[in-house]
Amino acid sequence: MAALVALLVGVMVATGFYLLLGRSLLRQIIGLSLLSHAANIIILLAAGLRGGVPVIGAGPGSMTDPLPQALILTAIVISFGVTAFLLALGYRMHLFGGEEKGDDR
Amino acid sequence: MTARLFAALPVLPIVVPLLAAILLIVWQSRRVQRTLGMAGAVTTLTAAIALVLLSRGGAVMPVQAGGWAAPYGITLVADMLAALMVLIASLIGLVGLVFTIAAGRDDRFVHAGWQFLLAGINWAFLTGDLFNLYVAYEVMLISSYFLLTHGTTQRQAREAFGYVAINLVASMFFLFGVALVYSATGTLNMAHLVERVPLAPAGTVRAGAMMLLVAFGTKAAIFPFYFWLPHAYAIPPGGVAAFFGGMLTKVGVYSLFRVFTIVFPSGGPDPLLLWSASATMLFGVLGALAQDSIRRILSFHIISQVGYMIMGLALASQIGIAGGIFYVLHHIVVKSGLILVGGAIEETQRTDRLDRLGGLARTNGTLALVFVVCALSLAGVPPFSGFFAKLLLIRAGLEARQYGVVAVSVVVSILTLMSMLKIYTTAFWGPGEPRRATVRLIAPAAALALITIAVGLRAQVLYSLTSTAAGHLTQPARYVAAVLRK
Repeated sequence: MAALVALLVGVMVATGFYLLLGRSLLRQIIGLSLLSHAANIIILLAAGLRGGVPVIGAGPGSMTDPLPQALILTAIVISFGVTAFLLALGYRMHLFGGEEKGDDR
Repeated sequence: MTARLFAALPVLPIVVPLLAAILLIVWQSRRVQRTLGMAGAVTTLTAAIALVLLSRGGAVMPVQAGGWAAPYGITLVADMLAALMVLIASLIGLVGLVFTIAAGRDDRFVHAGWQFLLAGINWAFLTGDLFNLYVAYEVMLISSYFLLTHGTTQRQAREAFGYVAINLVASMFFLFGVALVYSATGTLNMAHLVERVPLAPAGTVRAGAMMLLVAFGTKAAIFPFYFWLPHAYAIPPGGVAAFFGGMLTKVGVYSLFRVFTIVFPSGGPDPLLLWSASATMLFGVLGALAQDSIRRILSFHIISQVGYMIMGLALASQIGIAGGIFYVLHHIVVKSGLILVGGAIEETQRTDRLDRLGGLARTNGTLALVFVVCALSLAGVPPFSGFFAKLLLIRAGLEARQYGVVAVSVVVSILTLMSMLKIYTTAFWGPGEPRRATVRLIAPAAALALITIAVGLRAQVLYSLTSTAAGHLTQPARYVAAVLRK
């Protein structure tokens, strides 16, 4: 199970970077949010995939570590804010030029 | 009561600018904005000075947020290194703000963004928890995105997009590192990590450490992750650029100093960091020689100078780290000073391209003097602070028998002087009758020039402080004991 999730993270990172390296602004933004989701999943993996519930209703042996879930929650909020900012910036660039191509320097 | 107030002091450099920022969003009158912005910056600076005075004897002041004892809660820690960094951040925050107001560049929400940025930077310095450091980084970065893109043109918006993207990728590496370190050790509290890392599986820890190196290295702009910096720092107006150029990369440098000494100790000169430091110094200064505007030359010099700081860290000796911290503090003052001089030129001449400038020394004598002091200090000419910073690093390098990096650092100093002379001979000498910059635009840079002179004349005072700071990094026992209440 852990190996499968690790593979999933690998695919997400690869896809994220592929989209990020493209020229379309929207694709770059989607790529960036895929990268941040990949980071969230790897934090989940770091806790170990026990399949139990955290804290309430769990025995001492089967409890899932609740801290990574708190970390992910924080990371999701941050990546939500940054993605919103990126979309606003992208919209502004669209207003400026009417084209949504990224910088091709 | 007073004891409890003192115990809460490390929180103030974060809370004061945060409160000011929230009030600034609500209260839109121009006069209130300026007064409140300045009040926030001055109060933060006062708290920072108090922190440095309190930690002078080597005291480590932890604050357990919400009363949850470490390692379960989030810990804020003020030791000498954190206190010094908070002091310099608050100082540059104040000076940059004075310049921004003088230049009339403080439109809507700039004051609020500025205070959020200051809060994020101070937070990153004061936190004692790896994930909390990530949150602080994001607070700082989102504020910096805002200040960078505020009132930009199309071309600048594109450059800014690149800056946001590169920082998001670095943040992803940061989270990967955090996850790996947590899975290996089961803790994110830095003091607790000092105890746990030696017991954890070495492979996972090393992978996590490398992820964190990439994350911090990108923000610090070390080789090979520095390519984004000259594009991004060419965008904002002078005051904001001084705050960015002085402080933002240095938060990355600080994190490297904090994490790669106590959490992942190298136990001796680190070959990877030494190579990176040499390459950063060399490529930064070579890039600067090829540029033709003041702003871009100074941006490339930020990269080159970060190399010196990493050199101190890589040597990993008490004097090397103390020299590295000394260099960070000196560099922030001098580099912000130079960028503010460049900003004053830009504001009055409407350009900073060297081929369109000339004769500034004839009409702007004070500005020329300030530039010369800062430039000579940057190159490491005595009696300014840069000379002592470089002296310490070169001595540490010779003691560790790392002659290669010492040779590079000396050559790069000469090249630094060359490109400063290039600015001086083309912009300050030569033909032309440029407009005079107002006193209000020159004063912030002049204040920083006075600081570099003062530090140069009384270098032993600052050295004893950075030496205390380095002591906590080379022997973390006291830091760990204070945080974990042993």
